[in-house]
Amino acid sequence: MPALNDARPDPDALLARVQQEEQAALRGKLRIYFGSNAGVGKTCAMLEAAQREVAQGRDVLAGVVETHGRTETAERLHGLEQLPRAHRLHGEFALTEFDLDAALLRHPAVVLVDELAHSNIPGSRHPKRWQDVEELLSAGIDVWTTLNVQHLESLNDLVSGIIGIRVRETVPDHVFDNAHEVVVVDLPPDDLLQRLKDGKVYLGPAAARASQHFFRKGNLLALRELALRRTADRVDTQMRVYRREQSIKTLWPARERLLVGVAGDAGDERLVREAARLAQKLEADWIVVHVASAQGRGARRYLSAIKTLALASEFGADTATLPGMDVAQALVACAREHNANRLVLGHHPRQAWRFWHQSVSDRISHHHPQIDQIVMAHGVVPDRPLIVEKPAPVPGRALAYGWASLACFAASAVAALLLQVFDLANVVMLFLLTVVLVALRYGRGPGVWAAMLAVLCFDFFFVQPRYSFTVTDTQYFFTFALMLGIALITGQLTARLRHEARTAAARERRATSLARLARDLSAALTVEQISEVALRTFSGVFEARVGLALPDAADGVHSVGAGGLPMDDSIAQWTYDHGHAAGHGTDTLSAAKGCYLPLKAPMRVRGVLVLELAQSERLNDPQERRLLEACMSQLAIALERVHFVEVAQNTLVQMEGEKMRNTLLAAISHDLRTPLTTLIGAADTALPHAPPGPLRELLHGIHEQATSMQRLIENLLDMARMQERGVRLNRQWHSLEEIVGSALRQLREPLARHQVHTSLDTRLPLVDVDALLIERVLVNLLDNAAKYTPPGTTISVAAHATSDSIVLMVSDTGPGRAPANLFEPFARGQQESSVTGIGLGLALAKRIVEAHGGRIEANPGRTCGMHFIITLPAGTPPSMESL
Amino acid sequence: MNTARILIVEDEANIRRFVGIALQDEGFQVFEADSVKRALIHAASRQPDLVIVDLGLPDGDGKQLISELRGWLAVPILVLSARDREEEKVAALDAGADDYLTKPFGVPELLARIRAQLRRHGQTGSVAATSKVAFGEIEVDLATHEVWRKGQPVHLTPIEYRLLCAMVRGQSRVLTHRQLLLEVWGLDYVDRAHYLRVHMAHLRQKLEEDPAQPQYFITELQVGYRLMGL
Repeated sequence: MPALNDARPDPDALLARVQQEEQAALRGKLRIYFGSNAGVGKTCAMLEAAQREVAQGRDVLAGVVETHGRTETAERLHGLEQLPRAHRLHGEFALTEFDLDAALLRHPAVVLVDELAHSNIPGSRHPKRWQDVEELLSAGIDVWTTLNVQHLESLNDLVSGIIGIRVRETVPDHVFDNAHEVVVVDLPPDDLLQRLKDGKVYLGPAAARASQHFFRKGNLLALRELALRRTADRVDTQMRVYRREQSIKTLWPARERLLVGVAGDAGDERLVREAARLAQKLEADWIVVHVASAQGRGARRYLSAIKTLALASEFGADTATLPGMDVAQALVACAREHNANRLVLGHHPRQAWRFWHQSVSDRISHHHPQIDQIVMAHGVVPDRPLIVEKPAPVPGRALAYGWASLACFAASAVAALLLQVFDLANVVMLFLLTVVLVALRYGRGPGVWAAMLAVLCFDFFFVQPRYSFTVTDTQYFFTFALMLGIALITGQLTARLRHEARTAAARERRATSLARLARDLSAALTVEQISEVALRTFSGVFEARVGLALPDAADGVHSVGAGGLPMDDSIAQWTYDHGHAAGHGTDTLSAAKGCYLPLKAPMRVRGVLVLELAQSERLNDPQERRLLEACMSQLAIALERVHFVEVAQNTLVQMEGEKMRNTLLAAISHDLRTPLTTLIGAADTALPHAPPGPLRELLHGIHEQATSMQRLIENLLDMARMQERGVRLNRQWHSLEEIVGSALRQLREPLARHQVHTSLDTRLPLVDVDALLIERVLVNLLDNAAKYTPPGTTISVAAHATSDSIVLMVSDTGPGRAPANLFEPFARGQQESSVTGIGLGLALAKRIVEAHGGRIEANPGRTCGMHFIITLPAGTPPSMESL
Repeated sequence: MNTARILIVEDEANIRRFVGIALQDEGFQVFEADSVKRALIHAASRQPDLVIVDLGLPDGDGKQLISELRGWLAVPILVLSARDREEEKVAALDAGADDYLTKPFGVPELLARIRAQLRRHGQTGSVAATSKVAFGEIEVDLATHEVWRKGQPVHLTPIEYRLLCAMVRGQSRVLTHRQLLLEVWGLDYVDRAHYLRVHMAHLRQKLEEDPAQPQYFITELQVGYRLMGL
């Protein structure tokens, strides 16, 4: 069985690739001109290629091109359409920047955006230019850009190690790896140095400075090798992807999965970068975790780890924090759970004084020898200390130590009293109790402090000689050691208990708040109720000011709910339109105060949640983030549910309305037709019995009037039916000839006194129409013609086909006066004419023809008469397979 | 001379009355029924030569009545129905009715239809006496498959000839699209009414004076065709 499975591609992987391809098809293509260094000619190469494309008629726009005053570059830019820069005020300086919105608006086929690693001036939509490029690509615009090797995020450490200069502007590797094309622009170091000397790279004194620092031959060689190697890696990956796509016969090995443990110290960042490179080489998924234990050095370590996790997820890793006391055990459990076959850890040298302490990796290799471990060198880069904001000092932290001290002194005082009754050995217990209580109340630090202090107090106040730290009886040293040991261990245990209780409480809080939100939301029936629940829950659970923006019918979002946070509608709109988070703590418009999060439901984005957190770093914590995401998706689903309830109700109302209308129409038509049938039939039947004279005339009159009334009723009923929204036409492929024939046959009597002439092209194709309704149109037009033209004149029906339509014409030779509103209901050619029938027929005809996607017009003839011209779309008749 | 017996099944008393009077004027013997139950009793006991059925009856569906009558009654059945109930007409014709009239209808039209049906029914069995059929200016020799118009031979394709024969066999009955497709093309083609329309147009172009105002091959829109003049 396993052998069978091995040979088959993983369906998930295939699906993922199909999705990727679908997305790629919609996205613009990114081409990167990649070089080892400034001055190798990337921009020139890009501009030359652009000139060639323009010559071939492609729409190329130079979005932003830095010439750095180089004449070669400026020459090549000549003749290209250039986008004006956006001007922004930053402090006192007016700065210019690439105008993203103008580029999106202009929407060229290709836009040139020089220097991918550039950081935008503060206040721009995105902090980095590569994010602008992403947005251009999402909009379906191809982007050509330039990039130097030292700006690649994962090579950042390496490059700074080689050249001794740290580069601040970086581009994530996925941008490079997902680029459609990478064009390497290479120049041997000697040539580059020559160019530098010639002043083609930097101008003036900058050139000399550059050649001293950066442009040393050794540097150039190293950077060149890095650039070529990195490109080769990329080509290698492409090759493998290609092979995988092409040959399904090759084996499909299980995908590697790396588990990376970060400790929350300065070496983590490097560890993550190395792991990212490794994961890419191995084509492995990777998970970065931090085990949050009470043994760590508290909040500072945790925050540092969280920062690293954020970095890792930027690199494309899954991240998590794991609760657990034993780091090794937690890591092994996580590795098993995620089927990770390799564990990547940083090397933590054993401190000399903690000789008993085994490192995590030692413990894992001891207890779980089957797990592969990769231990990375620690190598803290000294010139960049890990930037961690100091955790906000916990209020009352110093106070806790004070209370701990006080407790010890109080214990001493009580002990002094008790000593009058009890033995000294019993009094020691009182100190131990104090330490346990302090540890329980204030945690580890104060616990340890209390343990020390307790020993000192005991020594000072109770051991002979009293009120001195000197000890005469050496026995007491043993007591002290024992006492300190017990105090420390119990204190430690208690603190651990406390930590676990707190973790449990936090988990409990998450579970309850989710459950409560779910319950409240399921009870909410209207959007107002939902927004009220959301505002209440989110502000309570996340200690934040909350706003909610929901879309209206035109997809414009507006803030809803009383007491909501005042928000920037344009950011909310952006978030809603793009489905990406924006505002504080994100890549987009990060200067905004609040964080704008899209509420994504299964069908679409249902609204925008705005959060202004009291502690903004809180969302860096994956657990908090997950809780927030869970709450948001519940909210989104609730909104979607209400939306669909509304849709369903509207549909129901509409259906009920339609049903009633149909019943009503059926009833009316039956009730009107029955007496008419009787009237017409009775007049017919009575006619032979009547003697010639007035009675016969009267019967004729009844018959005639009843017949015209019948036609009127048919028109009224048809009109009522056509008034309905979404009239359902019974369309079939009909022969126009048959419809004309049927209409003429119906009107034999009214048309008897006219000459009827037909000329229908024998090669007329079938038309896709509701035959009864088109017949109705003809009956009305012909009936009108019969009514409004004198007897003996000619009425003609003609039809011919054009390339995309079929034209039907009904003409008469009557008076031919056409009022402008001929096709409006109840308009007639003449006021108060003796001819019966309101002008409903033409209005109905117009409505029917338009429902078929055609048009009808009335043209008076040159001398006399009217021409009604009906144009129907031709369509493609069904094939007639020969028998 | 005209002693044919006609059963009218119609729940509207006024309509029943004037139709009855008109038919009696023509010398027919008329029986009236206002429900399915009475209709069945009359049909069994009076042995009518023709039945007129209104499709909307108080105690049942006219279509059911027709299929029940068809089990043991071979006489023509004429259906009365409203204009916008095309499916109902098709169902009634497929159930065994021979012709239909749309309400409101004129009495002369009704009488003409009744006479045509009675004539057709009376002829049954005598058609085989000669292989030649003629209507208007058209002559068809069913034995030699030859067709003449105004004495001139007309060439028809096999499909057109089969269609013409089906129409002739149907005599003045209204044949639904389904019936014609089934007979000429076969079971697989009953949904392809456009075949019928195209070939009917060819037939008209070859045999009619003005195909847009046909004398013989009459279109009953959304229902079927009828051959007139036989």
